[in-house]
This record gives sequence, structure tokens and C-alpha cells, in this order.
Amino acid sequence: MEEKKIGHSVIRKEGRDKVTGRAQYVDDLAFRGMIHGVTVRSNIARGRIRGVRYGGGIPWSEFTIVTAKDIPGKNEIAAIAHDQPCLADQFINHPEEPIVLLAHPDKYLLEEARRAVQIDVDPLPAIFSIEDSLAKRAIISGEDNVFKSYHVEKGDVDAAWARADVIVEGEFRTGSQEHLYIENQGMIAAANPREGVTVWGSLQCPYYVHKALVALFGLPPEKIRVIQTETGGGFGGKEEYPSMIAAHAALLAWKSGKPVKIVYDRAEDMVATTKRHPSRTRHRTGVTRDGKLVAMDIDFVIDGGAYATLSSVVLSRGTIHAAGPYFCPNVRIHSQAVATNAPPHGAFRGFGAPQSIFAIERHFDQVARAINLAPEEFRRRNFLRKNQTTATGQVLHEEVDLNGLLDRAFKESDYQAKRERFARENPGASIKRGIGFSSFMHGAGFTGSGEVTLASIVEMEATPEGCVRILAASTEIGQGTNTIFSQIAADALGIGLDRIEVARPDTGSVPNSGPTVASRTSMVVGKLVEAAALGLKRTLLDSGLLCEACTEDEFVRACRRYIETRGPLRSRSQYEQPPGLHWDDATFSGDAYGTYAWAVYVAEVAVDTITFEARVTDFVAVQEVGKVIHPIFAAGQIEGGVAQAIGMALYENVVWHEGRMANGQMTNYIMPTAADIPPIRVFFEEQPYAFGPGGAKGIGELPMDGPAPAILNAIENATGICLREIPATPEVLMEAMTEKAGARG
Amino acid sequence: MVEIVSKIGIECMVNGKLSRFHAYPIARLLDVLREELKLTGTKEGCGEGECGACAVLMNGAIVNSCLVPAIETDGADIRTIEGIATGAQLHAVQEAFLECGGAQCGMCTPGMVIAAVALIERHPHPGDAEIREGLAGNLCRCTGYQKIFAAVVRACEPAARPHSGKR
Amino acid sequence: MRAYLPGYDLRVAPNLSEALALLAREPGTWQPFAGGTDLMVLLEAEKLAHKRFLSVSKLAELRGIVVTADSVTMGALTTYTQVQNHPILQAEFPLLCSAARETGSIATQNRGTLGGNIVNASPAADSPPALLVYDAEIELVSARGARWLPYHGFHTGYKKMLLAPDELLRRIRLPRRAKPWRQYYRKVGTRKAQAISKVCIAGAAQMEAGTIRDVRIALGSIAPIVLRAVKTEDVLRGAKLAPETMAAAKETLSREISPIDDIRSTARYRLRVAQNLLEEFLSQLGR
Repeated sequence: MEEKKIGHSVIRKEGRDKVTGRAQYVDDLAFRGMIHGVTVRSNIARGRIRGVRYGGGIPWSEFTIVTAKDIPGKNEIAAIAHDQPCLADQFINHPEEPIVLLAHPDKYLLEEARRAVQIDVDPLPAIFSIEDSLAKRAIISGEDNVFKSYHVEKGDVDAAWARADVIVEGEFRTGSQEHLYIENQGMIAAANPREGVTVWGSLQCPYYVHKALVALFGLPPEKIRVIQTETGGGFGGKEEYPSMIAAHAALLAWKSGKPVKIVYDRAEDMVATTKRHPSRTRHRTGVTRDGKLVAMDIDFVIDGGAYATLSSVVLSRGTIHAAGPYFCPNVRIHSQAVATNAPPHGAFRGFGAPQSIFAIERHFDQVARAINLAPEEFRRRNFLRKNQTTATGQVLHEEVDLNGLLDRAFKESDYQAKRERFARENPGASIKRGIGFSSFMHGAGFTGSGEVTLASIVEMEATPEGCVRILAASTEIGQGTNTIFSQIAADALGIGLDRIEVARPDTGSVPNSGPTVASRTSMVVGKLVEAAALGLKRTLLDSGLLCEACTEDEFVRACRRYIETRGPLRSRSQYEQPPGLHWDDATFSGDAYGTYAWAVYVAEVAVDTITFEARVTDFVAVQEVGKVIHPIFAAGQIEGGVAQAIGMALYENVVWHEGRMANGQMTNYIMPTAADIPPIRVFFEEQPYAFGPGGAKGIGELPMDGPAPAILNAIENATGICLREIPATPEVLMEAMTEKAGARG
Repeated sequence: MVEIVSKIGIECMVNGKLSRFHAYPIARLLDVLREELKLTGTKEGCGEGECGACAVLMNGAIVNSCLVPAIETDGADIRTIEGIATGAQLHAVQEAFLECGGAQCGMCTPGMVIAAVALIERHPHPGDAEIREGLAGNLCRCTGYQKIFAAVVRACEPAARPHSGKR
Repeated sequence: MRAYLPGYDLRVAPNLSEALALLAREPGTWQPFAGGTDLMVLLEAEKLAHKRFLSVSKLAELRGIVVTADSVTMGALTTYTQVQNHPILQAEFPLLCSAARETGSIATQNRGTLGGNIVNASPAADSPPALLVYDAEIELVSARGARWLPYHGFHTGYKKMLLAPDELLRRIRLPRRAKPWRQYYRKVGTRKAQAISKVCIAGAAQMEAGTIRDVRIALGSIAPIVLRAVKTEDVLRGAKLAPETMAAAKETLSREISPIDDIRSTARYRLRVAQNLLEEFLSQLGR
């Protein structure tokens, strides 16, 4: 009997290929006869297209040229709404909007050609801020610029204010953030009207791309095939955008009759693809003098860019997480996603929750201050516990011990002692030190009835050699999907890891397991992998070819025998919602998620009063995650997410000029290097979730939620400055510290 | 759009083998490796010398191959990620990356391994500050660097010297 | 890579006389090319002004570091790595070593050259402030001959310098100081490593009994050129270290530099931090 794999840090399935440079990413592939493609884009934010001119000096007859009128089906990138064209036709709604596609064998000549295409545009008034959008300075989408709004109403907020001793208000803002996956977006397509369309590329969700191409080409589903190549990071940036670049490559392939590769360079990827939604949150909170929450009124707005894309879902998650891991009997949350003339903002790890959690965790430090309570004491008096209801009215049936997590985080970070020491040592020091924390939760899986709608499927098949192949649409993007699925299957089948194969996600051969997003892959799809494996084993047991306590050799022989005598050995499992979950879309209330991961993060900072630079000097991340399937990979997810969130908090500033990212180079968009990231110390607690494999909950996005508010709380502890916006760059700190010093006279 | 040069013939050592190819004089070493020599292990992450994904060893020193013009490689000794392992025997750094979880999506990994190899060749037992400085030119978006640091430390441990016959 | 490669000629000059002959024959046509760490970035963005480049990488006369009793002379092709590894530079010119260490990444330092850094003339360059503080002199050569001039004054405006179209920068000479000066270098970038500077300051002072006998202060990223703050030096030269001196120096500095808002930072931040760094330098002199 094989030793259990779940809970152990086994070697990454595709690790050897990655450390030797043998892993094949899309730009590593070349097909016979392949040509290259580029995209001609708008250079203004909004306007009406008058015409396209093809400049002199280019042998245009050698080029394949595609515009909107070459689209066989619908000119749209099918997502939730139908407002985003694949290629702009009459109107431009954001800078860098794609208009013309070109293909040619010579990729250097192609760049000359791209420069030679002139788009004549009559400009239209454009808007670039949440405020201008809400004020309807111009109507750029629908009737009122609002893509979506939600309303949460729990208890009776209006009546509750009277019972509050203290009411505290605050406004908080988060900026945009660029994913900066190290592998830029890329696709290769081969297409012709007879055989259909095949695309290979860097992506998270093969079936999203599939759906988009079906609509674009007006072809039956079986004529579209999407294959994932080794993908160099996603973070949500390759959730919906790949549909666009795949569409472009496919259209060029369709028209030219040749395979076409489009790979963006960093500059194009930065200016043209999705970013994190900027946000503005307004809090109004009523508390009693002894720190009990009485009423919360939250207004949450996100900037969706020019088209709806996934903004309604980002809004949904941000809304649900806006009230934090606290019990409050009266909660109102009003949220909106609004349009501006920037390239559409999109999925980015955390998906709305980092934005709204930033606000509440900064705000609650202010509320604590207003009633003279230590920030942790205020949290303790309001932490959600089992059997209490969340803002959406969900009764928590799981064990929740935020006090325990807080205790552990404080112990590991030496919080109290440091707080006292810094208070003693800061006066007169040129480097001020501080420590701060945040407490939060993250719902795993799709919101509400989302998983039911997805109805994900995993299939499994045995090979005559006695190997078992997992067939799922979940993609490996670095988070460890291949390895974790293998661990789960190996344990369920009782065989070695090297007998497990994970099929390349290819819509031609794997079922739709749903997208690789929402921290659902290990928890939801992993559970289906387990079920499929158990199903496969059950088939063998029922056939009499295998007994329960079998060795691996007996398993291999049984597979071989089964296939020889009875034919293919396959199994299939489909998602079933855990019992007792009810969500009402109409009232936006009920059980938002099947389970939550819970966390308390502590950040220690040093603020240099000479240069106004804030650095994180130590970081402690404590979280309860159900079950740790792979200790190194799980810690890797937390460490990577914390690093990305440190970037979001302190370094990563998207500079916007009229809707266009002006600092679209790695030299000017600053992500932390190995010299900037502190030690990140990760601790896990486990309260098994019955419906996750081995008890696991999803964790991929959790680490994005906590660091930014913890860091700004620490900066406030170090310097007394109350910053309400990220990124908190040195320039911002300088202005705030100067103002504060001036105010003191 | 005026053509003023043709491709030139270049000869250099790549991973211990004599390589001859033709390239425009200002073509990037990165593209020569990937397209002429079909060594696709070296990656393009930014094309501006900021991310280190394209790092290779040139005459023993780490360089960003996106910033080296082809003509400058004539007579040079180049080592890429494909030349780090010895046949099937992985370098201690590669083994350590596997054991410690130093690679997630893998895109920064070839450059990062090159940087780690170059670092250890300069400092056989680097301390924390030296590791951070040695890897500061290689950006990783997935790991937060923690397990990459651990891998470098592991690679320097006595039992894990390169060519020690381990595994 | 957005540039049309066949449109760019890059040749390697086999020796100095042929290089200078070409520059004399076709002045302004050929851009000298050294490590490539600046020019290749521009090429990839299709932002190069020139189409013809002359690599000086094989010119022996531009290589090497020579130490005499009076000076250290570095060839224009000296890389940042070579600077950091040289024992005399480490001992007597630590600000230059600090600057080299903070330039780009190790990969950049292995290819980038001091000469390239000087003639690229970025106001944000890291080494030039150290060179200014060390009273560097540079040698320019052409088919017409060779001339030495002080590096201070070489840059006359944004990307403008006293370099004739047929000239090459050949060597950089640093006079050795008999007694060591107190030295200070600090670069404030966008992050701890691999960053373009927002403010950079190099300072050196000769102290005697609490008085500043002589001083040099140079800053980067606060003007169209890397700047020697001569007015600020004048306020400090001969002065005793006292709060009033500090205040006067900071005030003079604020009028002497002209920082701007740009994609990386703001004028107000640069001004404030430049003053803070000056204060830090001067405070250290008192200890």
C-alpha cells in the first residue's frame, strides 16, 4: 500500500522540464508555414472611426489584413454582456483598442507595417474617473455608465444609528495593478472554413476561449479546439483576455490559410490587456462605546474600464467581502461597477475582495481609535463565530476561530513587544518602525449558485500500461494543479504518483471542469478528481478484477485485464452542490460561498524619514485553510500572493494619461525584487472542509487580501499618518508627513 | 523602411559546442539562441533588461541576452539553461529548485537558475544579503522569492555540490 | 522587438585608428556602441535616433585600469563590475564603487561601461555624480588628436555635451587625494535594487577641526544634467558645521537644483529628499 501523498511536498510534476528550460511555452513553438500577427490599436480614448489608411513603403500585397468585416460570426468577445467588440468597427472606447490585424512571415517587417497604418478618428468626449462616470460627465456605456449594481440589506440600518454611541466615516481608494506575469500573452492559431479553428496558447480557461471563438466564427462547438500551452503565470490576467488574442490569431489564420502566432511584447501587454479594477469605498460605521458593531453602511464602487467584461462578478465578490469577518446585525452595502474610457479592467487575484477588504481593515483601525480601543481588541469584540450570520445572512456552520488566529499571528510576529519597543525607540529615530495587522476571510469557489451553473466535470481513464490519466480543463499556471491533482488521484487509487498522468487541457479531449479561477481548482475540481478516481477504482472492484487492499502491481494488472476484456476503463464525475446551500441572486442574500478560509496577517515596516520610503521588514501570515495538500506549494501560494500584495500596497503605481498606461515598461512599473521582499513567515491551521479533497479549502487568492491594509496600519503605527489610498508611494508619504509636521506647527 | 545591412556570419561556443549562424549584426542574442539555434529555454520577459528571464552566461559572466547584439557574440563562450545540467545529471541548483519549490510557473526559472549558478560561482556560501543581491536582477511574480532563496542555500550545502553523483 | 533589424548597421571597429578615421569621414553618422545596455533598450522600443553604430568593444586603448602615484585612469570600456572589483578604486574611490554596485543589475554591470554611461548623458545616471565629486577628467580622441578636459562642465544641457561628432571618449582619470576625504553616496530609487534613481547624491569633504576645508557635492535626477552643486559648495567651504550652515546649504541647494515631475516621481519629492540627503551627509561629517 502506497504511503499517502496528500500532506506531503512531492516533486512538481512538470518541475524537471521547468528547471531545465524544456517546458514549452507558446512562444517556444513554431509550426510549419507559420506567420506572425500584430494588432493595430487606437491611440485615443474615445471617438468615431472615419477610416483606415495604409501608408507607403510597405508591400501590402504580401500582408494578410483583417478588420471587423472579416469576422464570420459575431464581432464580439463573448463574456457576460455583449458589449465588447473583437475589433473596433465604428467607435473606439478606449486607448489601445484593437482595430486592424496584420500578418506576415517577417516579424520585423510586420512592426514597420504596424507603424504605417493610420486610423483616422473624430474624437469624442471621454471620461477617466469614477467620479466623472457617476456624475455622467459623458454617457459612454448604456444609459448611465453603470455596468452593474448590487444592494445588500441586513437588519435595519436606518433605525440602528440611534443606538450607536460613536459613528465613524471614512473613504478609501485603491489604484489599478498590472498582473506582470513573466510570460507575456500569446496565441498560435490554425484555421480554415473546412476543418475549423484550433488555438494553442497561454491561458487559464480553455472553455472560456472556446465559447468566445464559437460565437466569433459562428461554428459548431466541435469545430473549435483550444489547447493550453505551458503558461508562465496568470493571476487572473489570463482568465478573460486570452479570448481576445485567440480571436485575433484565429481571424488571421482563417483569412491567410496559414498558422499565425501573435505574441505580445511587454510594452503591448502592459498597455493593452486587463488590470485590477480601481476602487473607492465609503464606510459609515456605528459602534457602542464598548466597541460592539451596531450598523455598517458601505458604498463600494469599482472602475470597470470601457466594457463590462467580468466587472459584474468582480463587483459581486467585492461586495460580499466588504463587511469583513465581523458580525454586525445591521448592514447595508450599495455597490456599482462603472464605465470609463480605459482598457477594460479584469480579473486579478482576489477579484474585488482585496479592494473592499483594504477599506474595511483600514477603516476599522480608525474606528478602534475613535473609541479608544486597541485595534485588535475592537476586532475581537466583533469577530464572526460559528452560527452567526454574515452580511448576506449566511449562517456559518463551520468552526471559526479568528481569536485563535489573531493570538497565533501576534505570537509569531512578537506583535505586542514590538509595538511597545517601537513606541519607545521611534522618537528621535530617523527610521520609524511600526507593526500592524489585518483580519479577513476569503470565500472559495464561485459565488452563490455559480458552481451549480458551471456544473464542472472531470473524467479519468486508465491506460493499458496501468497508468491513470486525469482529464480536466483546469490549467497548471504555476500554482501546482498537475501535482495536486496527481496527489489526490494517487491517494484515492492507492498507487504511485508516477502512475498518474495529467492530460494537457485541450477542449478536444478534456471535459469542461470550469475555469482556473476563484480559488476553486484544488477545492472544487480536486474533489471531482477524487470522486472520479474513486469511481474508476469502484469499477475495477465491481468487476472482480481487483480487491480492496491491492498492491500497485495488482492495480496495473487489473487495468490491463479490464481494458483487454471489456474495453475502455473510464470514469466521470460532475459537481454536486453540498447540501444546505441557498443563494438568492435577486436579493443578493444567503449562502455566498460553501466555505471560507480565515486569516490574520501582520506586517512590520520601517519608514525612512529621510527618503519617505516604507519597507516591509517582516511579515507573518497565519491562515486556516481546511487541509494543506502540499506544504511547499501551499506556502508558495501565500508567499507569492503576499509579495504581489506588497507590490500593490507600496510599489505598483499605474500612471494614467487620458486612459492609457503611461508607464508601460518594467523599468517604470515597479514590482518588488529579491532585495525588496522581506522574510514571509507562513503558518497554517486546519479545520477540514467536508467537501474539499482531504478537507482542503481554496487558498490561491486569500494572500492578496490582507497585506495592503496590514502594511498601511503598520505605517500609521510607525508615523501617525493615516493613509487611505494605495499605492502608498514615497511621494505620497512625503506629502502626508510634511502636512502632518506642518499641522503640528 | 530601408535595408542597409545583410546578415553576417558569426561563430561562437554555445554550451560547449561550436555554433555557426547568420544574423543581422544588431539582432539580439536572445533571438539568435531561440530562433537560429532553437534553444528556447532562454525566455523573453521584457525586452528591456529589467526582468532577467533572458539571462545567460557570456564568457563566464551573467548578461541579459536581450541586450547583447549578435555581432558581439563572435568568438564568445555562451552558456544557456540547456547547458547547465550535464546530460541527465541536473546541476545542484536545479535539484535544489525541485526540492525546495523554487519554480512555480517556470518562466523566470531559466534566468533565475543562471543567476543562482553565477552567484554560487562567485560566492560558494552566500549569506542572505548576498543571495538577495545576486538574484535582484531576476524578477519572479509567482514565488515571492522565499523558496528561491531556500533553493540557493540548499544548493550550497556540502552534499549537494554539482557533479556529486547525487540522484 | 519593434525595430526593423535590416535597417540598423552595427560594425565592430578592429582598431582605434580605423574607428577614428570612420568617425572623421562620416561625422554624426556613426553612433559609438559599447556595452549596449542603453542603446539596445532604445532599439527594442524602436526609439533609436541613429541607424549606424560602431562598436568600440575591441579597442584595447579603451580598456584597462592604470594606477600611478597621482591618479587612477580607467578606459572608457571599464565595466561597472570591473570598477567594483578593483582594490584601489574600492579603497580610495568608494563612491564610484557604490554607484557601480547600484547600477541596474549584476547582468547590466557586467556589460555596461563608464564611457557609455557618460556619453549617454542621462541626468539620472548613477556614476557621474561620483565622478564629479572626484574631480574626474576625461580624454577625448579623434583623428585630429587627443585632449583632456575636466568632466565638470562636459555636459552643457539635456543630452548635450562637449563631444565633437568625430570624437570618442577614451579614458577617465581620477586624481588620487593625499589624505582621504569624508565620503557619502546615496541613491534613492524606485526600489532597493535595479532602479532608476529619483534622487542621487555624492558628497566628499575635507574636514579640519570642525571646519569644512573643501567640499564637493554632485547630484543626479534633479536637473537636465548631472549637477555639481557649486553654489552649495561655496556656502559650505570654510564654514564650521553648525545648524545655520546646514540651513543655508539646504536653502542654497533648493535654488541650485531644478527637479521636475516625471513618470517616476515629483519635483517636490526630489527637492525635499535632496535636501534631506544633503543634511544626512553633513550630519555625518560632524561625527
